[in-house]
Amino acid sequence: MPPSSVSTVTPWWRNRRLIPWIVQAAVGLVVLVVVAFLVGNLVRNLTAAGLLLSWSWLGNPAGFDVSETLLPFDASLPYWRALLAGLVNTLRVVLLGLVGATLLGTAVGIASFSSNGLLKRLARIYVELIRNIPLLLQLVFWYFVVFLALPNGTSAIQLPGLVLAKSGLYLAWFSDLWHLQWQGPHLDGGVWHAPLRLTVEFGALLTGLVVYTAAFIAEVVRGGVASVPKGQWEAANSLGFNPLQTLQRIVLPQALRVIVPGLNSQYISLAKNSSLAVACGYADLYSVAETTLNQTGRAVEVVLVLLGSYLVIDLVISALMNGLNHLVQLKER
Amino acid sequence: MLLLRRLAASLPLIASMALVGCASDGGSGIQSQKLATIKARGKLICGVDGKLPGFSFVGSDGQYTGLDADVCRATAAALFGDPSKVDYRDLNSSERFAALASGEVDLLSRNTTETLSRDAAGGNGLSFAPTTFYDGQGVMTPNASGVKALKDLAGKPICVESGTTTELNLADRMRELKAAYTPLKFQTGDQTYAAYLQGRCVAVTSDRSQLAAKRTSFPDPAGHTLLPEVLSKEPLTPATTNADPAWADAVRWTIYALMQAEELGITQANIDAKLAEAKANPNQADLRRFLGVEGEFGKQLGLPPDFVVKAVKATGNYGEIFERNVGMGSKLKLERGSNRQWKEGGLIYSPPFR
Repeated sequence: MPPSSVSTVTPWWRNRRLIPWIVQAAVGLVVLVVVAFLVGNLVRNLTAAGLLLSWSWLGNPAGFDVSETLLPFDASLPYWRALLAGLVNTLRVVLLGLVGATLLGTAVGIASFSSNGLLKRLARIYVELIRNIPLLLQLVFWYFVVFLALPNGTSAIQLPGLVLAKSGLYLAWFSDLWHLQWQGPHLDGGVWHAPLRLTVEFGALLTGLVVYTAAFIAEVVRGGVASVPKGQWEAANSLGFNPLQTLQRIVLPQALRVIVPGLNSQYISLAKNSSLAVACGYADLYSVAETTLNQTGRAVEVVLVLLGSYLVIDLVISALMNGLNHLVQLKER
Repeated sequence: MLLLRRLAASLPLIASMALVGCASDGGSGIQSQKLATIKARGKLICGVDGKLPGFSFVGSDGQYTGLDADVCRATAAALFGDPSKVDYRDLNSSERFAALASGEVDLLSRNTTETLSRDAAGGNGLSFAPTTFYDGQGVMTPNASGVKALKDLAGKPICVESGTTTELNLADRMRELKAAYTPLKFQTGDQTYAAYLQGRCVAVTSDRSQLAAKRTSFPDPAGHTLLPEVLSKEPLTPATTNADPAWADAVRWTIYALMQAEELGITQANIDAKLAEAKANPNQADLRRFLGVEGEFGKQLGLPPDFVVKAVKATGNYGEIFERNVGMGSKLKLERGSNRQWKEGGLIYSPPFR
């Protein structure tokens, strides 16, 4: 037996419960003081410069136009409606981009396990080529080099019910759903018209985001599939599963546990990268906010709106993905 | 963090305001923080476009030329006696005001239209110097498009640079005409004109001087025409911030000096002779005061006494600057028009040097 301690009362500076609390409190206080100093200084200087936060401008008429809006918008509507129209445009490209990038990325990721050597190589070349070129350059390439090189007017690419011209993609659709009246694209005064239309700006941005993000998703998927032990493939094979069934019933359910957390950050990147839309003239939230900032001079407020919007979009994506992650995880007790 | 990078243009404003102490508290009237900073730095930082022939354009030798660049050079000469003491910053139309407000540039000489909301303390809070180019908004279309007037553009896409007054004027005029159109907005002039040349838009709109300037760099300049309509008034004006009136005055009177020099017939070539004449003849009080031989105009502005001589020597008077960069002596071949001296029926008018 070691000799028992002389003192039975622990001094406070050696108290293992108290010390961490004191350290926490001290750090918390320092952070608070620094933040309070910065915020106080910001408010003081903004007041001195006459730039203290004010939101009344949100109700003033915007005075500028926004091309291609889902919500009706014209220049006489207030700024907040313009920003909302921009937000809806951002959400539109983000949602379609998520779907497209997931499909393409999964296909490419699985193709890299193909027994077909050509397919496998192509998948690798795609990933290495796309993920090593900056997205901004790719968007400029898709817009100026690919989409704007499309022919226009009568020489546009025409298929039954579909026209692809320099100004956009025109699709046939029911002009009257009750009477099932079908209307195809038609040329009127040198400009194409159709019930369904996607502009080239939207097309270029969507293509750029999908192709870029899919390269990263393909790597996530490849990593997930590779994490499933080879024995699982062999066991499935010996039980008489064909390769497709093996993938669908044995490998992917296990791989998803690895894939989903990785997908989360790729989805968030896609949402943030959509703000590069200005490079190809698409009227997203960032583009509208930039015009607003210039016209109103309310730099701080507009930037706060932007930061808040992208933060909320990304937090929502994160929350959904965390929910999905919870579903696919192995339930252990 | 691409978004953050893109916001970087506005963030220095917030960051500097959060971090900078109460430096402006001790302002005691004539003392100018900005002038002192610029003199200590030994260089003027000037915000320009950098891609607009005739106004500010980087040549193959790496030198900036143009009317806007000459305003920077004349100001540097007035400050330091040396027109080369300028650092240029290329700014796009969306970055320019944040760059000026955050102090990243001292002077914005970038074909910027003077407007109420940009001037007002509750708006952008700029302080405008004298207008250096009276312009108007125009619309350019390819000859092959068959567009003869603004109303022919109904239902057609029009390219425009975002964050400009032209964007708003276009919306207003088309609303008056009740003509729906598709605005295609780009962040930089380069993207705007690239999309136009690729045929995405039937027309591109901007200041008439800018359209004429950009047209000179098109592969086929003769294939594009400006529509006859002038959509708006666009007084292109250098600017500083509201925060430092003394610095704004120094810039204002340097530019007035260039205009006054033209009115008095003082040119880059004869400035030395005029100076000698003023020094020799005590009866020429106006000329002596203007050239800083007597009086203390320079001192009152916080500039050297001979700032007018240095500025005119560096760039020539306003008329010379105009002719060399955008007038008949340049590729742009623009008429003086409203930019003639007031005595010839124009709008260029310097208040008296008294």
